[in-house]
Amino acid sequence: MAVSVRIPTILRTYTGGESEVSAEGDTLAAVLDDLDARYSGIKGRILDEAGALRRFVNVYVGNDDVRFLEDLQTPTPDGSQVSVIPAVAGG
Amino acid sequence: MSTLLDENTTHTLRAGAFGHARSLACRECGHEVALGPSYACPECFGPLEVAYDFPAVTREQIAAGPRNIWRYKALLPVPDDIEQSPNTEPGFTRLLRADNLARELGLEKLWVKDDSTNPTNSFKDRVVACALSAARELDAKVFACPSTGNLANAVAAAGARAGIPTVVFIPSNLETPKKVNSAVFTEKLVAVEGNYDDVNKLASEIAGEEEGWAFVNVNVRPFYAEGSKTLGYEIAEQLGWRLPDQIVIPVASGSQLTKVDKAFRELIALGLVEDKPYKVFGAQATGCSPVSVAYKAETDAIRPVKPDTIAKSLAIGNPADGIYVLDVCRRTGGAVEDVSDDEVRDAIVLLARTEGIFTETAGGTTVGVLRKLVETGQLDASLETVVINTGHGLKTLDSVSDRVGPAATIAPSYDAFVASGVL
Ligand SMILES: Cc1ncc(COP(=O)(O)O)c(C=O)c1O
Ligand SMILES: [Zn+2]
Repeated sequence: MAVSVRIPTILRTYTGGESEVSAEGDTLAAVLDDLDARYSGIKGRILDEAGALRRFVNVYVGNDDVRFLEDLQTPTPDGSQVSVIPAVAGG
Repeated sequence: MSTLLDENTTHTLRAGAFGHARSLACRECGHEVALGPSYACPECFGPLEVAYDFPAVTREQIAAGPRNIWRYKALLPVPDDIEQSPNTEPGFTRLLRADNLARELGLEKLWVKDDSTNPTNSFKDRVVACALSAARELDAKVFACPSTGNLANAVAAAGARAGIPTVVFIPSNLETPKKVNSAVFTEKLVAVEGNYDDVNKLASEIAGEEEGWAFVNVNVRPFYAEGSKTLGYEIAEQLGWRLPDQIVIPVASGSQLTKVDKAFRELIALGLVEDKPYKVFGAQATGCSPVSVAYKAETDAIRPVKPDTIAKSLAIGNPADGIYVLDVCRRTGGAVEDVSDDEVRDAIVLLARTEGIFTETAGGTTVGVLRKLVETGQLDASLETVVINTGHGLKTLDSVSDRVGPAATIAPSYDAFVASGVL
């Protein structure tokens, strides 16, 4: 299941400057594991010590925040777009 | 890739470009990064906030300054010559004793900080003025924002005055007056089919890709947020250099509430006001109350919601600073409360008929929550209380237009007037 992952500026040091990379996996958790295999250490930036999504990062599959879906177990069908975006305040 | 406002680029900033600001510090882990267009901690994604080496500041120096937010420029991330650059000069809005409303609610001493008289009629002119300064110092080519309406108005107007192109993004279902109030100042108002959280996501993505864009509440957010401190400074100065006992503040992203608290703590640390306890209360509309729900559940886990309320300016379902609102309200002994849309409408009419102040739905939410806090005993009616009105009622006219209107429609004759029963 190939998906495309948008990488925020602060994580592009892991991807050699790439803003969009591809990864494989049926769920967000599997995608993050695969991402970490390709770009070592990147998962530890997105997840906390307990393995949960960090408080100040929003992850989307398509247009939906995964916290409205199944969190790390959110399915990532072939061709989905995963976006990792720092939480921002304002209004 | 060399993007102008890329956080990885080192800029040659002119000396004092950010005043007495020292760095951007992570609110979660304390990691410090250089002043620039960064907003998320490279270690933990936590929000960055401006840290300072403040100079000694006296009440007299401040009082001698202009009657706008730049009187506090020594405490803001702006250069000393900030007044030389065109800006909308917001701030120093009136702090009104609200005896009629106090009597109605059963409070002893109440003030309304009326920020609806700012240049584009909301408190957002304050934050935008600080963001504009940062954008200028970083040599931004475009001034932009995602907005629930008021911020778009403020960005569009400030950009026009500063002569910098603006692009503002709003949810497409916003109130018409808010759309017009942006479109009149900018030809680039973009209505996005979605809610604010969708608009915010889009803006964050654009900020990561486009060259030279300063999104006021995304990549220059730390500077933007400091503008809200001026609300806190003004309240203290206008009370004769002291802090109120209690303050009620609306919460969307939660930024404003946390910055008013930051302002109070800074004033104490600088010796400009006496150290004393104060309680901070947050106000949300029930249809978008993720912070109030978390407060009541006594948890730190804020569950995002899909907003459904007439208080559209507060309709942020995924409030990034919500966790800090909980911290401030709990630390100070305050609370976070929410009211229904009907209570919002009632409070708009109540404030108008007791104090002659026409507030928008955000202010209706805040006054509605004030009333509820008194009724439930969460707020001490004998203590000095300030409630912030952050925006003007003409922008959300529809919310009360079916609630108020002519008492009678009559022929132009004395007899008709008598017969109408209005007297
Ligand atoms: C009138 C008004 N009041 C309050 C707020 C909430 O501010 P914050 O996002 O800082 O909590 C907003 C904007 O979002 C607003 O437009
Ligand atoms: Zn951090």
